[in-house]
Amino acid sequence: MPGLSEILEVLLLQNYNTRLVVLSTTLLGVAAGLVGSFLLLRKRSLMGDALSHATLPGIAIAFGVMVALGGEGKSLPALLLGATLSGVAGIATMLIIRHTTRLRDDVAMGFVLSVFFGVGVASLRMVQNLPNAAGLESFIYGKAASVVMSDFLLIALVAGVASLVCLIFLKEFLVLCFDDGYAAAQGWPTLFLDVLLLGLVTAVTVIGLQSVGLILVIAFLITPPTAARFWTDRLLPMLLISAVIGGVSGWLGASLSALTPQLPAGAVIVLVAAALFLVSMLFAPVRGVLPRLLNQAALRRKEDRQHFLRAAYEILEDQAGDAPVANRSFPYEALLPKRSWTPRQLRQILRVARREDHLEPTPPGRLRLSEPGFGEAARVTRNHRLWESYLIQYADVAPSHVDRDADMVEHILGAELVRELEAKLGGTLPGQTVPPSPHSSGER
Amino acid sequence: MHTESLSGQGVFPARNTEPRPEHPPEVPLAIHDLTVAYQRKPVLWDIELNIPEGKLVGIVGPNGAGKSTLLKACLDLVPRTSGWAHIYGVPYRKARHRVAYVPQRESVDWDFPVNALDVVAMGSYRRLGWFRRVNAAETKRAMEALDQVGIAHLAHRQISQLSGGQQQRVFLARALMQDADLYLMDEPFAAVDAATEQAIVDLLRRLSGEGKTCLVVHHDLATVTSYFDWIVLINMRVVAAGPTAETFTRDNLQKTYGGKLSLLEKAAEALRSTPR
Amino acid sequence: MWTSFDTWIVIVGMLCAVACALPGCFLVLRKMSMMGDAISHAVLPGLAIAFLVTGTRASVPMFLGAALAGLLTALFTQWIMRFGNVDRGAAMGIVFTTLFAIGLLLIRRAADHVDLDPGCVLYGAIELTPLDTVALGRFDIPRAALVNGGVLLANLIVLTLFYKEFKLSSFDPDLADTLGYSSQFLHYLLMTLVAVTTVAAFESVGSIIVIAMLVVPPATALLLTHRLLPMLLIASGAAILAAVAGHLGALVVPGWFGFESTTSSGMIALASGLIFLLAWLFSPDQGIVMRRFRAAPVPIDPLSNTNTDTA
Repeated sequence: MPGLSEILEVLLLQNYNTRLVVLSTTLLGVAAGLVGSFLLLRKRSLMGDALSHATLPGIAIAFGVMVALGGEGKSLPALLLGATLSGVAGIATMLIIRHTTRLRDDVAMGFVLSVFFGVGVASLRMVQNLPNAAGLESFIYGKAASVVMSDFLLIALVAGVASLVCLIFLKEFLVLCFDDGYAAAQGWPTLFLDVLLLGLVTAVTVIGLQSVGLILVIAFLITPPTAARFWTDRLLPMLLISAVIGGVSGWLGASLSALTPQLPAGAVIVLVAAALFLVSMLFAPVRGVLPRLLNQAALRRKEDRQHFLRAAYEILEDQAGDAPVANRSFPYEALLPKRSWTPRQLRQILRVARREDHLEPTPPGRLRLSEPGFGEAARVTRNHRLWESYLIQYADVAPSHVDRDADMVEHILGAELVRELEAKLGGTLPGQTVPPSPHSSGER
Repeated sequence: MHTESLSGQGVFPARNTEPRPEHPPEVPLAIHDLTVAYQRKPVLWDIELNIPEGKLVGIVGPNGAGKSTLLKACLDLVPRTSGWAHIYGVPYRKARHRVAYVPQRESVDWDFPVNALDVVAMGSYRRLGWFRRVNAAETKRAMEALDQVGIAHLAHRQISQLSGGQQQRVFLARALMQDADLYLMDEPFAAVDAATEQAIVDLLRRLSGEGKTCLVVHHDLATVTSYFDWIVLINMRVVAAGPTAETFTRDNLQKTYGGKLSLLEKAAEALRSTPR
Repeated sequence: MWTSFDTWIVIVGMLCAVACALPGCFLVLRKMSMMGDAISHAVLPGLAIAFLVTGTRASVPMFLGAALAGLLTALFTQWIMRFGNVDRGAAMGIVFTTLFAIGLLLIRRAADHVDLDPGCVLYGAIELTPLDTVALGRFDIPRAALVNGGVLLANLIVLTLFYKEFKLSSFDPDLADTLGYSSQFLHYLLMTLVAVTTVAAFESVGSIIVIAMLVVPPATALLLTHRLLPMLLIASGAAILAAVAGHLGALVVPGWFGFESTTSSGMIALASGLIFLLAWLFSPDQGIVMRRFRAAPVPIDPLSNTNTDTA
C-alpha cells in the first residue's frame, strides 16, 4: 500500500510521473462532462457509444496505411486522425440511415456500432502481424500511463477548445436540445448546430481513446451529466456540476490507478464516476430518489391528516344542517365511506389524531374532535375549499398551481388572492367561518 | 404530457385501494376518492363519479385537465395515489372482459410491421389466452369488425399506409372485437376526416342503442351537444357531470375552461345552433 | 481451399447468427436495439466472477454468471429509468460501462493466475471452434455448434409459444397490459433470451457477431417487408447469408491487401452491413434507388407518402 505522503503527492499533482496522466484525464472529464450534457439533453447519449466504436477501423487502417507508406506507424496524431475520420463516417452513416429510411435512431446507432466495430476488429487483425503493431489494442481498453508531453498538449488543447465552444454556444445548444423543431422554425441553423455538437463529441471521444479506451470513454460522456441532472433543474448549474463530476472522476480515478499499478485507469475512472452517479441518484436533494421518497411519505402523512379532519368537518356540517357547525360527536361508520381508506388505514390515522390531541376520548364507535382539533379541521376545510374555489374561478391557469397540500394555499396564491377567493365564497372571518364547498352542487 | 411522466412513476406505490362497493354492480364505472398525482401536483384530484349504463358519455375539458389520465387510471395503466375505480362493481383486473380501450392514435408506432387485420385481431387476444393462436373464427370476426367500420377492403394494407381516419377506424374495429360492455375511448375524433367522424358517431350510437356504455374523451365543444347524452366536465376535478342538456351550461363551461372567452363564445354558439 | 474446418465455422456462424436475429427483431421493434450492445459488454463481470469463484473455465458456471449479469443490465437499466427518471439510453450507457469496468478490473486483478483475455470476449475465436468437439454418437461435433444450436432451438420454441404475446406487447404495451398480458413480464422474458443468446454466442464466436446480428439483419428485414412473420424469416435469411459471406470474405479479403488473415467474426459483421446496404439501395418499395427509379414516371403514391410524414 502506498503511504499517505505518496497519495497526497499524486493527488496534488506533485509527482512528475503521474502528473501528466492525472491532469489529462481531469481535463478530459471536464470537457466530456460539458459536451455530454448536451448529448443527454438531446436524448442521444448512446450516440457516443456508437461513435466511439466507429473509431476503431480508422485506427487500424491509419496504422496500416502509414506502415505501407514506410512510416513507423504508431504516431499518435495520425492514428487519432484516422479515428476521427472513421468516427465522422460513422456519424454520417447514422444520419443518412435516419433520413432515408423509416428506421429509428436506435437501429441506426446499433448498425453503425456493430458494423464499424466489426470492420475495425477485422482490420486490426489484418495489420496485427505488421512489425510494431503490438499495443494497438490498447485503444480499446485504454492505457493512461502512456501519455507523454506531446499527447498531453493535444488533449489539453482539444479539451479546452471543446469546453469553450460549449460555453459559447450555450444558448444555441439549449434551444436545439429543448425543441429542435422550434429552433428550426425560428431560423436557427439546427443542422449546423447538430453537426457542431457531434463534432465536439467526436473530438472528446478521440482524445479519450488513448487514456481510457473506446469503451469506457462512453461513460465519460454519459455518467457525469446524468448524475448532474439529479442536483439541479437548470442548464448552467447542470453543465458546471457535470464538468466537476467529470473532472473529479478523471482526477481521482487516474490518481488511484497510478497508486496501485494493477488497476487500469479507464476502469477506475468509470467506477469513480459511477459511484458519484449512485450518490447523486440516491441523495441529491432536487431529484434524488431518497429525498423524493421522504418528501412523498411526509406529504402522504400530512394529506392523511388533512383528509381525516376535513371528512370529520364535513360530517359535522351535514349533522348541523342549516345551523352553525358545532363540535359534536359522530359515529365512526360515517367516517369510513368518506374516502377510500381501509378500516386499518383509518385506525392508524385515528391513532395519529389522538396522539396529536385532535380527538377526545369517546366510547367505542363514536368520535369527537377536541377543541384544537375542531379548529384545525375548520382551517383545513377552509383551505381546501379555497383551492376548489381557485380551480373554479381561475380554471384556465389553476391546474398548474394547485398543490396536494391544503396548507399550501396561502403560500402559493398569496394573501391577496386568498382574500378575493374568500370574498367570492362568502366567508369573511378567515380561519373560522368555513365557506360552503363550491363543488358540492355539481359533484354529488 | 403528464400521463407520459406518470407511467414512469411507479416508485411510489399506490396505497391499498381494495373494494368496498356501495354502488349496485350494474354501474359500469364508479370512481371514488380518485387522486392521481405527479409528486406534489395533482393531475386528477378527489374524483367522485358514477357513469350510468347505456349512455354515450363525453369527457370534456381543457388540455391537460387529466381526461386521458382518468381513463388510464381506471385501467390501472397509471398508478393511483388514492381511491379506486370499479367496473361493474369490481376492480378492473376482474372485469377485463367487459372493457375495451381505444388509446390515442399517437400512442403506437404505426410503422410496426403488421397489417390492419393483424391489429384488429389483437382484440381477440384476451379471449384466446396465453399460447393460443388466432384461429379462423377470430379472423372472420376481425373481418366483420373491419366491415362494421367500413374498411374491410383495407384489411391487408400495412398500417402505415392508412390515413389517419382509417387508422382510427382500425382501432375502433379492434375495440369491437373485444365485445365489451364498457368502451373507453381516448380522443377518437382527433385529426380524422369528416366521413370518419360521422362513421364513429354512428357506431357509438349503435353501441349505446345495444345497451353498451361508451366513455369518450372529446375536445371539440361545438359538437358536444349533438354527440353525447351525458357529459363529464373535468378540469383536474369533476366540475359537473350529468345529462348534456342540464350540464353543458355557460356557467359550468366557465368553471371548466376559465377565462378563455373565445372558446366560450364558440360553445355558446353551439348551444344556440343545436337546441335539444 | 475449403476444408471441413471451414464448413464447421460457417455452420457455427449461421446457428449463432439466426439465434441472435430472431430476438433481435423484437429488440428493433421495441426501439431497444442498443440493448444487445449493452448486455454483451456487461456480461464481462459475470464471467470474471464465475471464474474467480469456481477457479475453472468450466462452461456452466461461466454461462450462468454471464447470463445473470446480462439480466442485471436490463434490470438496473429499468430501475435507473424508473426511479431516477433517466432517459433509457443514458441509463443503459451508465449500467453497461460500469459493469464492463468492474469486469475489466476483476480480470486484471486475477491476471496473474488466469488466462481470461478480455480481447477474446470481444472478438471471440470462431476460427478455433472446430477444435473443441464433443462426441455425439459416432460424430465429433464442435461444442460451439451444439451450444448455439441449442440456444437457437430454445429461442425458436419461446418465440413460437409467445409469438402472439410478443407481437401485441411490442406494438401496443398498454393494450397488452389492459388485456392482462403483463408487458413487464414479456420485456424481461425477451431480455433473458437476449442475455442467454449473447452469452452462448460470445464464448464461442465473440460479442461482435452478437451485436451485429441482433440489429443488422432485423433492420435489413424491416426495409424489405411490412409483416412480422416475413420479417423474422428475412432476418434469419440475411443472418445466414452474412455468416457464409463473412467467412468467405475472411478467407479472401486479406489477400487483396497483402495480409495473411483476419477474424471471421469481424467480417461477418461487415457482410451483414453490406447486405443491409443492398436492401437499403434496392428494396422494392423503400430502397433509395428503386424510389428514385419509380419517382420519375409517377409521383410516389400520395397516400403512403403523407402517412409516413404524419406517422
